Order: sequence, then structure tokens, then C-alpha cells
Amino acid sequence: MVDKDVVVDFLNSKSGSKTKFYFNDFTALFPNKGPREVKKILTALVNEEVLEFWSSGSTTMYGLKGAGKQSHAEGES
Amino acid sequence: MTKHATPLLDQLESGPWPSFVSDIKQEAEARAKNPKGLDYQIPADCPDDLLGVLELSYAEKETHWKHGGIVGVFGYGGGVIGRYCDQPEKFPGVAHFHTMRVAQPAGKYYNTKFLRDLCDIWDLRGSGITNMHGSTGDIVLLGTQTPQLEEIFYELTHNMNVDLGGSGSNLRTPEACLGQSRCEYACYNAQDLCYQLTQDYQDELHRPAFPYKFKFKFDACPNGCVCAMARSDFAVVGTWKDDIKIDQEKVKAYAGGVLKPNAGAHSGRDWGKFDLQKEVVERCPSRCMKWDGSKLSIVTAGCVRCMHCINTMPQALRIGDERGASILVGAKAPVVDGSQMGSLLVPFVKVEPPYDEVKEVIEKIWDWWMEEGKNRERVGETMKRLSFQKLLEVTDIPASACHVKEPRSNPYIFFKEDEVPGGWSHDLAAYRNRHQR
Ligand code: HEM
Ligand code: HEM
Ligand code: SF4
Ligand code: SF4
Repeated sequence: MVDKDVVVDFLNSKSGSKTKFYFNDFTALFPNKGPREVKKILTALVNEEVLEFWSSGSTTMYGLKGAGKQSHAEGES
Repeated sequence: MTKHATPLLDQLESGPWPSFVSDIKQEAEARAKNPKGLDYQIPADCPDDLLGVLELSYAEKETHWKHGGIVGVFGYGGGVIGRYCDQPEKFPGVAHFHTMRVAQPAGKYYNTKFLRDLCDIWDLRGSGITNMHGSTGDIVLLGTQTPQLEEIFYELTHNMNVDLGGSGSNLRTPEACLGQSRCEYACYNAQDLCYQLTQDYQDELHRPAFPYKFKFKFDACPNGCVCAMARSDFAVVGTWKDDIKIDQEKVKAYAGGVLKPNAGAHSGRDWGKFDLQKEVVERCPSRCMKWDGSKLSIVTAGCVRCMHCINTMPQALRIGDERGASILVGAKAPVVDGSQMGSLLVPFVKVEPPYDEVKEVIEKIWDWWMEEGKNRERVGETMKRLSFQKLLEVTDIPASACHVKEPRSNPYIFFKEDEVPGGWSHDLAAYRNRHQR
């Protein structure tokens, strides 16, 4: 499977329960790749507008573009 | 006339200090008058609503801000911090109130044109309220709405040649003291190092892939004007190896009261006659100085480069000539774990362009932390969890006495066989012959 599809399929498979993921969740999908290589795959997907960043201000997560809620109240996940 | 009554906030204006409440009121008034006839791109009364929502929070003792969001400019994972009000009907002016971080120039030098241009952008497209500078060191533009973000970003980058700063799980806006541009204590060019690493690590700055935030800060001497040791995951602090240079005639001039100690900084009050023995020699933390009444001597091996003697008698004492920096790792404010100061990792490194020696340490730390760090774990916490010795190992730095903070409370350093000349071998069977179980 193409690397980008691995990412997108993973996000689609989780879409029922979770829409935003830590960078580490993606490195786990590619046990043979270092973090820098995984970052390149994610960056390409962001540039293609398939993924987008979500940020609380202190932490950043990745999700499919348009999926899930925008903002959170304190303590809400 | 303010839009909302704010009796609780008004109290904050009564103290002796400058008040942010007065500042926001001033901005609210200016926007209401609109002397330049601007076509405000976000509600003109957002400073009023900002005061209103804060007053409500003071009354109820509860925040009305929601955090986070998919706000940002295209391709950047940081620089914009999404903030939304959970009472948008009552306070429509701050329904969105996103913060933008703008990278400050190294050493925070501005000309007035830059500041005016920045304020012009922000008056038109934002709340007009800024924070110069935020605790992160950035120029902080407080409060705008989502459709303005790309516009502001375009104008900052194209017209003002300045970039957004960092936020989220990425490299944060690097920060440097003014260093060699003005300061005779500078042991390396902090501004240049800051600028160079900012350029070299654009990907890390704008595309977050770290477990959590990561900060560089650069102090060109141990006086630490940007507090790198306390405020950054990776602190580069200027230092030197050789003797402090002493001008004995000038020392005598200080002792005799001809020269003012601390360049006259404490002259607002009469502290009595300057006492070199008491105020310098006995204040040296490592007690490595001696003054016999006509000659000052320093045992260099004992000097911990605390800067006290140099700060007190700047005309008589100068930093040495063999200059470089120490690198300290892991300072942080409390979140997952308590606050901590940086731990010394590299006692001395030459700091010269293109800064490969510094970058090598940075990249080894990142490689390790990106593999091993847990989500929302700062590198200082990873270091504590997996041990300082592990950090020495992954950065290929040999353990030395400088790494021991104090005997007994420091984690043990265990040697491995290949680290000991000759190694060792252990014949268990022979041992059991001599010792009962
Ligand atoms: C007047 C008699 C003694 C005095 C005033 C004294 C004092 C001390 C002090 C101040 C410490 C250091 C505690 C610390 O680490 O903070 C210590 C540790 C110790 N003392 Fe004594 N001590 C005395 C007698 C003895 C005797 C007779 C023994 C054993 C036969 C002994 C065995 C130890 C041991 C094993 C330690 C712990 C060492 C370590 O691991 O740090 N002491 N003692
Ligand atoms: C060359 C001989 C020895 C060496 C190198 C040695 C080394 C050590 C070391 C490294 C420690 C731990 C120190 C620390 O807590 O910071 C220690 C603790 C201790 N040693 Fe020794 N030791 C030696 C001989 C002895 C002998 C002969 C005795 C008693 C008969 C002894 C009694 C103790 C005791 C009571 C402690 C404290 C244990 C504890 O705190 O739980 N040591 N020793
Ligand atoms: S940190 Fe040291 S070198 Fe930098 S401005 Fe302060 S005193 Fe000068
Ligand atoms: S710099 Fe500090 S430690 Fe070094 S000689 Fe001066 S006072 Fe002592």
C-alpha cells in the first residue's frame, strides 16, 4: 500500500471514535521508518489538503480535513 | 463611555502599577473614535467585549474561553492559537479571538517604521491589542478572526519580511540576548546563532512533529538576559575557559572609590564605602578570589563564571579570550511534571558559524526524544524518566564530574565493560567455588 493511503485508511478506520491524533500515532503505523520520514508523508498530505493540523496552542495533532470539532472547553477532549 | 460596566476590573486600575485594564479601555476608546477612518475588518468594539467577558469571569470565577482549533495559515502547524468565546451572543466582538505569534527579531531590535507598520496591520485586521513581548518572547498579536489570518500572514511575510513564530508541538520561536551588538560580556554571537538556527530549522518551526514544545534560547554570557537556563529545553549559555582578565590599576581605582561599582547602577542610595573584600571576594560563590590590598588574584580552576565580580567591577575585570558556550538541557515550567532548570550537558562547545557542533547536539537530542518521548512530555521529563545517563549516551558525550549536580542525589552513572580500559570478565563457576550461595 502507498504510504499516504496507510495514513488515510488509519484515520478513516478511527473516524467513528476519534478525529485527531498525535504524531506518535502515525510513527506507530510505520515501524520501519524513522520519525523524519513519517513527517514527510504527513507534510505531503497537509500540503495536498487531505490532512489538517489541530492545535490547542500548546499541543498539535493531525486529522482529516474537516473532521471533528474545532474548539474545546477546558477539560473536554 | 464603556460598553459593559466593569466594576471589578476597574479596581485593577487603582494600584500603583500600569494596568492592562486601562490599556484595553484606551484601545476601546480609540477604536470607537476611529480617527484614521479605518474599515475595521473585525468588530470595532472587540476591546469592549474583551473587558466584558473578563468582568463576567471575575464575577463568576469561571473562564469563558474555549481553546484550540483548526486555525492557522496554510501549511503551518503553529503560529496561530485559536481562541473562541463560549458566550458569543453576549460578546460578539470576541466570538473568535485568535492569537498570532510573530517572530521577534534577534535581540529584539526594531525601527519605528516596523512597529508602525505592524500596528497598522493589527489596527485594521485585528483587535489593535498587542503584547510586546509575550512570555514566549514573540510579538503577540491578541485577537483576530479566522478570515483575517491568511491576510495578516501575507502582509507580514510579503511587506514586512517577518514570519510567524512557533506554537504547539514544534520548535518555538528561538530567542537571543542582544549579545555582541552591544554587550562586552558576550562570549559568542548569540544573535547570529539564533538567526541561523531559525533559518536552518524552518521545518521544525512550522511543521510540528515533536512530542511537545521545544525551545532554544541563547544567552551570550551567564548573566542570562533571556534566562535561557530556566526558560528553554536547549539553552546555549556563553562561557570561557581561560583566566578572567584583570587590570590591577582599575581594581585599585574601584577599591579606592574612584570608579563606581556596578557602573553606578546602585547609586540611587548611599550604601556606604565600597568594600572590595566584602562585596566581591567574599561574595564569590566558589571562594576562588584573593585581594591582598593591592593585588587581586583568581584561581581560574575554581571560578564557576557566575559573573558577579565582572558585573561589580566591569572596567577592571573582563571575560577570558577562549570563548564558547555551555549547553544545558531540559528546563521547563510545570505541566506533566514540576518545573525544573536546565541540566548541564555540554560543558564547553565552540560556537562558530556554521554552528555544526551545536547543531549536532540538537539533532541527536531530537532523534532520541522523537523516538522515546511520550505525548506532551518535554525533553527534560524524558531525560528524568529515562535518566541523564541515557541522554549522555544518545548524544555521545562522555560522563564527567561537571555532570554531577551534587553527590548522592544525582542518578548513579554505571560504567559498561567497553567503557573501561581492559574491560572485565566474571567467571561465575570459579566464583561459586570460592563463595557459598
Ligand atoms: C558519635 C558518633 C557518630 C556520629 C556523630 C555520626 C555521624 C554521622 C553523620 C553526620 C552521618 C552522615 C549522615 C548523612 O549522610 O547525612 C553518618 C552516617 C553514617 N554513619 Fe555515623 N556517626 C557516628 C557513629 C557511627 C558508628 C559507630 C557507625 C557504625 C559502626 C556509623 C555508621 C554510619 C553509617 C553506615 C552512615 C551512613 C553513610 C552513608 O551511607 O551516607 N556511625 N554518621
Ligand atoms: C573498599 C571498600 C568499600 C567500598 C568501595 C564501599 C562502597 C560503598 C558505596 C559506593 C556505598 C553507597 C554509598 C552511598 O550511599 O552513596 C556504600 C554504602 C555502605 N557501605 Fe560500603 N564500601 C566499602 C566497604 C564497606 C565495609 C567494609 C562496610 C561495613 C562492614 C561498609 C558498609 C556500608 C554501609 C553500611 C553502607 C550504607 C548502605 C545504605 O545506605 O543502605 N562498606 N559503600
Ligand atoms: S546575557 Fe550576557 S552577553 Fe547577553 S546581553 Fe546579557 S549580559 Fe550581555
Ligand atoms: S566569576 Fe564568579 S566564580 Fe568566577 S571569580 Fe568572579 S565571582 Fe568568583
